[in-house]
Amino acid sequence: MSHQQLDARRLLCPMPVIKTQNQVVQMQPGDELEVICTDPGALNDIPAWARINGHSVIQTVQSEDEIRITVRVGA
Amino acid sequence: MTKQHKAVALISGGLDSMLAVRVLQEQGIEVEGINFYTGFCVEGHTHAIRNHDKDKQKRNNALWVAEQLGIKLHIVDVIEEYKDVLLNPKHGYGANMNPCLDCKIFMVGKAVEWVKNHHKDGFDFIVTGEVIGQRPMSQRKHTMPIISEESGADDLLLRPLCAKNLPETKPEREGWVDREQLYDFHGRNRKPQIALAKQFGLHDFASPAGGCCFLTDKSYSDKLVDLWQARNSREYELDDIMLLKVGRHIRPTEEFKLIIARDAGESKFLEGYRKQYTSIHALSHSGPMALVDGELKQDQYPLAAAIVARFGQGRSADEVEIDIATPDQQRQQVKTAPLSAEEVLQEWYV
Repeated sequence: MSHQQLDARRLLCPMPVIKTQNQVVQMQPGDELEVICTDPGALNDIPAWARINGHSVIQTVQSEDEIRITVRVGA
Repeated sequence: MTKQHKAVALISGGLDSMLAVRVLQEQGIEVEGINFYTGFCVEGHTHAIRNHDKDKQKRNNALWVAEQLGIKLHIVDVIEEYKDVLLNPKHGYGANMNPCLDCKIFMVGKAVEWVKNHHKDGFDFIVTGEVIGQRPMSQRKHTMPIISEESGADDLLLRPLCAKNLPETKPEREGWVDREQLYDFHGRNRKPQIALAKQFGLHDFASPAGGCCFLTDKSYSDKLVDLWQARNSREYELDDIMLLKVGRHIRPTEEFKLIIARDAGESKFLEGYRKQYTSIHALSHSGPMALVDGELKQDQYPLAAAIVARFGQGRSADEVEIDIATPDQQRQQVKTAPLSAEEVLQEWYV
């Protein structure tokens, strides 16, 4: 199982979702991807994208200037 | 056992593509969605940059539609490839800088390519929510076969909402879908779609057909053409086209343009570009963040400062102190009297 990071700061949605999607395609079920972003739209879009594509959001950490969303890759 | 047929549908986030998928799901077709991001797409978030739109739900409509339909959605970044569609549209532009017909051919063509690249997933045909007569440029009776042919989709392109007004496609001929259960919608009247949505129990949907692209907007198109003229080149990057969606654009000389935030939300957004553009804001009074696109020479600092001062709280003051910072954060302060409303000439507004 691997834990990877994706820097999607300053990108506006849907770019953080597209970057997440393109990195997850390269990963294995059970792997985790921590997406670091600044567009609050990601708080809604990354979980929605994960739900419809069979992945799960296991952690969301929001600080003043950035958001960290960790996605676990589904089967 | 009969094979379950599978389609990929172009999902814009609007009602028509949502209904097209739903109609096929009723017939037991398995559908996955595909959505293309050109950089010109109107996103809930783009609106949400502005304060007064803060209450709008910050959602991506294509993702939301996919979730309502229970389908997978693949979002594809086509920003680079789309430049050729916008710059060299074989079929020309619509009322503004919208190359709608070439755009549709491009997107269906990309779906064809995607299906080929995912042949192991067994997709049989392509679906769109097109309706004859819905859009003045791309969705007309004579453009429907052009899209099918030039995209390479040919008779594997099915439009469930207006299929009965069109020749049979392979999915109908082969009995993968029942043509009788497809529709014959036409024209700009949205009532049949609204009624069908109601029948399917769909109540909350993003509406305007064609309203998903900034290129159909006159004010946006004017700004894009101005940018090209000022640079003497039609090249553009994603940041360029994002910034056209934000702020007042004022061009007092050919050399530079000011992008002045209209509220705190836009100021915060523009602040993110301070390492790429020269930025201007008032120190002595509260006021908007402004960026300079183009070349701001030293002798133009007073003019730029006086314009930005006009849009802040110091607009009636005798003097406003303005900070001008280059991308490498070389800063200079300018004390200036703000221009009056009349002195900011109408023809400067892009």
